[in-house]
Amino acid sequence: MTGRSLIIRSLIVFVAITFAVRLFYIQILEEDYKVAAENNVVQKIVQYPFRGLVYDSNDSLVIYNSPVYDLMIVPKEAEIRDTTAFCNLIGLEREDLDKRLKKANAYSKILASKLIEQISDTLFAKLQDQLVRYPGFYVLPRTVRSYNTKSLANVVGYVGEVSGRFLDQDKSNYYKSGDYIGIGGIEKSYEQYLRGKRGVFFKVVDVQGVVKDDYKKGAYDTLPVPGESIHLTIDLELQQYAEKLMEDKVGSVVAIEPKTGRILAIVSAPSYDPELLSGKNLSRFFGMLNENENKPLFNRPLQARYPPGSMFKTIQGVISMDSKVVAAEEIIRTDGSNIGDLAPPGPYNMVKAITKSSNNYFYLVMRRMVEQGVEKSQFLDARIGFEKWRDNVKQFGLGRKLGVDLPNEITGNIPSIEWYDRVYGPKRWKYSNIASLSIGQGELLVTPLQMANLGAILANRGHFITPHVVEKIDGWPNPNIKKEVLPFDPQYYEPVIMGMEQVVRAGSGRRGFFPPLKLAGKTSTVQNPHGEDHSGFMGFAPFDDPKIAIAAYVENAGQGGRAAVSVASLLAEKYVLDSLSRPWLEDYVIEERYLPRNAPRPTLAEN
Amino acid sequence: MRQDPLSQKTDWISVLLFGSLVLLGWLNIYAAEYDPDLNQSIFDLGTSAGKQFIWILTSIGIVAVLFFLDYKFFDSFAYIIYGVVMAMLLMILFGGKEVAGSKSWVGIGGFGLQPSEFAKFATAFALAKYLNKHNRRVSDIKTLGIAVAFIAVPFGLIILQGDTGTALVFAALLLPLFREGMAPQILIFGIAAVAIFILTLLVSQTVLLIAIAILTVLAIGLNTRQPRNILYVVVSAIVVTFAVRSVDFVLTDVLKPHQQKRVLSLVNPNIDPLGIGWNVTQSKIAIGSGGLTGKGFLEGTQTKFDFVPEQTTDFIFCTIGEEHGWLGSMLLVGLFTTLLLRLVFLAERQKSTFSRVYGYGVIGIIFFHFSVNIAMTIGLFPVIGIPLPFFSYGGSSLWAFTILLFSFLKLDAHRMQELQRL
Repeated sequence: MTGRSLIIRSLIVFVAITFAVRLFYIQILEEDYKVAAENNVVQKIVQYPFRGLVYDSNDSLVIYNSPVYDLMIVPKEAEIRDTTAFCNLIGLEREDLDKRLKKANAYSKILASKLIEQISDTLFAKLQDQLVRYPGFYVLPRTVRSYNTKSLANVVGYVGEVSGRFLDQDKSNYYKSGDYIGIGGIEKSYEQYLRGKRGVFFKVVDVQGVVKDDYKKGAYDTLPVPGESIHLTIDLELQQYAEKLMEDKVGSVVAIEPKTGRILAIVSAPSYDPELLSGKNLSRFFGMLNENENKPLFNRPLQARYPPGSMFKTIQGVISMDSKVVAAEEIIRTDGSNIGDLAPPGPYNMVKAITKSSNNYFYLVMRRMVEQGVEKSQFLDARIGFEKWRDNVKQFGLGRKLGVDLPNEITGNIPSIEWYDRVYGPKRWKYSNIASLSIGQGELLVTPLQMANLGAILANRGHFITPHVVEKIDGWPNPNIKKEVLPFDPQYYEPVIMGMEQVVRAGSGRRGFFPPLKLAGKTSTVQNPHGEDHSGFMGFAPFDDPKIAIAAYVENAGQGGRAAVSVASLLAEKYVLDSLSRPWLEDYVIEERYLPRNAPRPTLAEN
Repeated sequence: MRQDPLSQKTDWISVLLFGSLVLLGWLNIYAAEYDPDLNQSIFDLGTSAGKQFIWILTSIGIVAVLFFLDYKFFDSFAYIIYGVVMAMLLMILFGGKEVAGSKSWVGIGGFGLQPSEFAKFATAFALAKYLNKHNRRVSDIKTLGIAVAFIAVPFGLIILQGDTGTALVFAALLLPLFREGMAPQILIFGIAAVAIFILTLLVSQTVLLIAIAILTVLAIGLNTRQPRNILYVVVSAIVVTFAVRSVDFVLTDVLKPHQQKRVLSLVNPNIDPLGIGWNVTQSKIAIGSGGLTGKGFLEGTQTKFDFVPEQTTDFIFCTIGEEHGWLGSMLLVGLFTTLLLRLVFLAERQKSTFSRVYGYGVIGIIFFHFSVNIAMTIGLFPVIGIPLPFFSYGGSSLWAFTILLFSFLKLDAHRMQELQRL
C-alpha cells in the first residue's frame, strides 16, 4: 500500500512545483502584468497652464486670460429634485436639459462632462449659492483669451481645439485630443512659447475611477508652468488709428520702423473683433467670418498679392544705376511711343523720371538692362540680361518670403525664365515680350508687407531687418531677426529718394504733403481689370532721418494719389510728429467708402 | 484509559501549520479590503477581517470541543452526521437563500451558513465508517459502488443547488478509495479526461489527434510482443479520440452558459473581458505585478481597489501574490504542501482503516481546494468558486475545514487506543 501513498505524495509535490514554475513565470519573467497593473490604477490628471500674456510696444496689455466657468455634471452623483426649479436656475428648456443629461450619461456615468459651456457671470453668481442643493453638479473654472482692443485681430490670431488632422500629423506628440492650440496670428507662430508647460499629476484610482491616493507619493508629478509673455512691436495706438482709417475699405497698411524691422502697425481691412473667435464664440462666429464675402480672416498684408505698379520704379532706378546702364544725371528723351504713359514726352533724368513716374523712361532703362549685347541673338541676350535683372530684384525681398513671424506669409511672384519659356517657347521671347515688367506690371506680384519692407530698404539706403511683430519673448529679444544688406552702391539710392520727395511735394502724392513730416514716397495705381483701380502708396518719413516706412493699399480706390497716400501720410504724422493736424484729410479718408459689392478681389484666385 | 485532550500525541506540526495559514489568511483578508482613506482596524467588525477574527475565535472553540469529545464519537455518529447534513442539503433545495445564483445558504441570525461545506467532512466520515468493516475491500465492485454512492449523494444534491464548484470537490474523496486499493484506472481515467478536456481547449483538435495517432503507433511499436497490451492501447486511443471529438458537445450542450464562459475564458480571457474573463485577467495582473518580493503589506493596488473580484474569498491568493510576490506565494504553497505531506504521513501511521480513510479524505479535500483555487487564480484551471482552505474569508468554510482537519488530528492522537480497541 505504500506504493499508492508514494504516488499521492508525488502528486502533491508535482502540483507544488507546477505552481512554483507558473508563478515564477507570471511574477518574475513576464513584465506585461506589471504594466497592466499600473494602467489599471494610475490615472494621469493634466493641469493646463495659463497661456502667455501679450503686450504691445508700450507695455500695455493686449491679450490676457479671463476665467470662464463650465457647469459640470457627474451623472452618477447627480440628483435633481425639482426639475422645473433647476431649469429656471440654469436657464435651459426642459427638453434641452434632458438632451444634455442624456449626452452626459452616454459619455460616462462616473466621469464629469460639460453640461453648459462657459456659463454667464450672472448664472455663476446665482449658482455659487444654489449649487449645494444639487449634488453631482459643480462649476469648473478655465480660462479663455480676452483682448484689451477690438483691433489687431490679424496679429493676435486665435486659439481653438486642436484638430484631428493636426493630431495625425503632429510628430511632437505633445497634443492630445481636446487640447487647445494657437491657430492664427502670433498664437500660432509663438505657440510653443505661449502654451507653457502642462502639469501632470498621477493619482491612484480604484476600479470605479475614484481617486484614492497620490501615485508614488507624487514623485512624478509636475506643476504647470505658465506660458511666456510676449511683447509686440505693434504700437497699439497707431494700429487702432490705422484701422480706423481703413474702416469700410478693403486693403492693407503696413508700417515698419526701418532701423529695426519692427512692424509698428499692420492692418488687414476689413477686420473683426478678436473676441469673436475667443472661447465659445469661436464655434459661433468662425463660419460666419469664414464665409463673409469680404474675407476678414484673410490676412491681406501677408497674403494678398498685387502688381507693384509704379512703386517698382524705385527698384528699377537703383538697380539700373548700379548696373551702370544709366547714370542719375543722364537725360533720356522719351517720345511716349513705347508704352502707355501719363507722363508727358520729353527729357528725363532719374529724379524727374521717378517724380513724374515716366513709364517710357523706365521702359528704355530696363531695355538697357535686359539687352546688354552679350549674345548676338536677341533671344539669347534677353535671357542673360533678364536673369541678372531678376537676381537684382530678388535682393529687394520680392518673390520670396521675408520671414515675418506671422503665419501664412506668401512669396509673391517674379516671373522666371522657365515661366516665359513655357508661355512663349524657349528662345522665342525677347525684351518686348516682358517690357511691362519695367513699370511693375505684368506677372510681377508683391504683398503689402514686401512693399513696406521696400520702403524700409530705401529709407535705410540699402539694407533691411527681417520685419517682425514680436519684440521680446519673456524679456529676451526675438532671436529670429537678421539683417540683410543689399549688394548695391548706397549712392544710387539718393536720386531715387530725391524723386520720392518730389512725388509727395509736387507729384502724384501731393495730397499727403505735410512739410514738417518730410514724407518721401511713390504712389501706384494698380490696374484692376475687374473694376476701379487699386490705390497704392509706399514711402517713409522723415526722409533725412527715417522713423517709419509705410505701404498702403486701398482696393478700388482709384489712383494712388488719393486714399493710399492720405492714409500713409496721416499715420506717419501721428507716429513721427505725434500730432493729427489735418482733420480735413482724415475726413477725406474716413468718408470715402470703397467697400464695393461683388467686386472681385486681387487674391489668390487671380493666379 | 484517561483521555488527555492536550496529549503529547497531538501532532503539533499540523496544528502549527494550521495556525500559520489561518493567521496569514486573516492578515491578507485585511489587506485585500484595506482602504487607506478609512484606515480601519483589523478588528473592525464592519470589515471582512473583523468578522473573520470572530470566525477564527469560534473555530478555536470548535477545536477545543473536538478535543474534549470522545474520539469514538466520530466512528459512532458518522452515519448520523452524514444523514443530518444530507437532510439539510435537501431542505435547502426547497427553502434556501439564493446567493450569487446558487441556493446553498441557511440563515442563522445575521450570518449565513453553507451546509455544503459541512457535507465534506460528513461524507468523509461516512465513507471511512463504511470501509472500516473487515470484509469490505474496494477492489470488490459492490463495495466500490456503495462507497461511490456515499459520494454521489452530496455531489448530486449540491449540483442541484447550482453550486457546481463545491460539488466537484467531492471527486476528491476518490483519493481515499484509490489509497485503499481501487483500480487505478478509474482515477487515471478521471484525471486523463479532465486533462484531455483542457488540452483540447488549449491546443487545436487536429494537433491533438495527430499527437494521439503518433503516441498510439509508438505504443504499439513498444508492445509488439504482447498482443493484449496492443488491444488496450488501441481501445484507449479510440476512447481518447472520441473524448477529444466530444469536447464541443460537452461544452455547448452539457455545460450551462456561465460554465461555458468560465471554461472558455481560461483559454482566451478576451472572450468575455468584462465578465468572467475579467476575473481571470485581473487576477493574473494582480499576482503578476507582485514581482519577486511584492509591493508590501497593504501596498497592493489591484486587490484593495477592487480590480480583482471576490478578493477576500475565492481570489484571496491574489493579495499574497501582489503584496508578497513570488517569495510570499512560495511560502503559501510551501505551507500547504508541507501540511499535505504531513497529513499523508499521519494517515499512513493510522492503525484503523476508519482513521486512514478519513485522513485521506481530509487530504483529498484540502488538496483539491488548494490546487484548484490557486490554479484558477493563475489561469491554469477554469474559474470554479471554491475557497482556499483556512485562508479565504468565510465562517462556514473556516469552520468546516477546522472540523475536517482537527477531527483527523484528534483521531491521530488516539491512534494507539484504537489499536487496543481492536
